[in-house]
Amino acid sequence: MTETRPFVEIRHAKKSYGSLEVLKDISLTVDRGEIVAIIGPSGSGKSTLLRAINDLDPLTGGEVILDGTQVNKALPHRQYEKHINQMRQQIGMVFQHFNLFPHLTVRDNVVMAPKLLKGISEDAAQKLAEEQLAHVGMLERIDYYPSQLSGGQKQRVAIARALAMKPKLMLFDEATSALDPELVEEVNQVMKTLAQEHMTMIIVTHEMEFAADVCDRVIFMDGGVVVEEGPPSIVFQNPTQPRTRDFLRKHLSQYEKEK
Amino acid sequence: MGLDFSVVPGFADALLLGVLWTIAITVAAAVLSFFGGILLAVIALYAPLLVRLPFRFFAWLFMGTPLLLQLFLIYFGLVELGIDLPAFVAGVIGLGLHFAVYNSELIQTAIVAVDRGQMEAARTLGLSRGQALVRVVIPQAVRDVIPPIGNNMIALLKDSALVSVIGVSELTLSAQLAIGRTYRPFEFYAVAAVLYYFINLGMEAVLRRIERRTQLSR
Ligand SMILES: Nc1ncnc2c1ncn2[C@@H]1O[C@H](COP(=O)(O)OP(=O)(O)OP(=O)(O)O)[C@@H](O)[C@H]1O
Ligand SMILES: [Mg+2]
Repeated sequence: MTETRPFVEIRHAKKSYGSLEVLKDISLTVDRGEIVAIIGPSGSGKSTLLRAINDLDPLTGGEVILDGTQVNKALPHRQYEKHINQMRQQIGMVFQHFNLFPHLTVRDNVVMAPKLLKGISEDAAQKLAEEQLAHVGMLERIDYYPSQLSGGQKQRVAIARALAMKPKLMLFDEATSALDPELVEEVNQVMKTLAQEHMTMIIVTHEMEFAADVCDRVIFMDGGVVVEEGPPSIVFQNPTQPRTRDFLRKHLSQYEKEK
Repeated sequence: MGLDFSVVPGFADALLLGVLWTIAITVAAAVLSFFGGILLAVIALYAPLLVRLPFRFFAWLFMGTPLLLQLFLIYFGLVELGIDLPAFVAGVIGLGLHFAVYNSELIQTAIVAVDRGQMEAARTLGLSRGQALVRVVIPQAVRDVIPPIGNNMIALLKDSALVSVIGVSELTLSAQLAIGRTYRPFEFYAVAAVLYYFINLGMEAVLRRIERRTQLSR
């Protein structure tokens, strides 16, 4: 008998900073190949939840399980370090501010970790860099430094860098929030391509349109809890919770104004 | 009795040799102070208290006492402990450690100032803390302090004259020896000063090149 477990499982996630409860007992699951958007007002705990998945911000309670392995295992320090480094290799993360390594070329940004952690040869690294950069349309800039790239280009390289580790899961924390409006689309396009390739993705975003367009499920968080979740057609068109409606009204009107 | 520079060419070989020794000791001590500075910075920031404290005492010793005294201690003092270093080696160690402490202060500040997102991005890829420090944080920190480290290296060049007192026949000692033979202090000290100035120019040119090369990587 094979037990079918969810690909990503978050069980009773809790996080406090002192007396401030940022995550209040959140449980959710993500299936393999599923694309989930997390939306919600500023300070609702979206980043904290996302960063708990690869243990960048450790939970104060609860479990994160990826593909049957608990990420935030209780282990002695040394063993835990080994374990978490192993887990993180399988979880790609893309940040709002790109966090590219400015002292490395685009090529080395992409292959530094695979070379170091997987010991791939110089030839294989070159191939990997070319392949990943072609995938995000940045092959021509392989010899550039990050300082020579636009924001959109930087974010595409950051995505290639994460993908070069061949992760099972990709986390995006407002990948387009720091970009000039005209550069958002090129990054969204790359994320859409990943969606078509059935990459499992958890995407924290303020872009409702993109979430509706690309994601299978939308999770609305507020005050450290999941208020509502469901397919975008339901959450965006017929939200059941007043708090969701409030948030969407503000967000959509803001969106209208920008237009 | 007027000045007479015509005595100088007769000592050209000795002075040139002095220049070479000055360059050699400066380069060797600079390399030691650079890598030693990185190591001391990492110890100061990340080592357990029991390791950190003795190193802090060591740093205080090197910053708080005269370099001349440190050179005497290393060259003459250590002999009593059975450590008889050649003058050149003692000079390199003294100068190198002294400036390593100063470089370490700069590098510590720079490491702390590297954006937290850099460490996070590296850890997210699966690098250990140590790997992230070596591959990501320290290179950026060092890059950020190349200009002030360069200033320290210029100071190191000038302070290398102090090793003349433990008998390293670098430029200052070569000039002194020539003076002992000719009784022409002004001429030889002036020539030595000009030679230091040219070495200095050369060093600044090298430093500017290094700075330019790291320009793109910010
Ligand atoms: N290191 C920290 N120390 C103390 N409080 C923190 C820390 N990090 C986050 N918080 C608090 O936790 C709460 C949730 O923060 P989080 O960054 O997860 O929100 P968010 O939903 O991602 O918001 P935004 O949309 O602005 O990115 C906020 O109230 C924040 O102030
Ligand atoms: Mg956030």
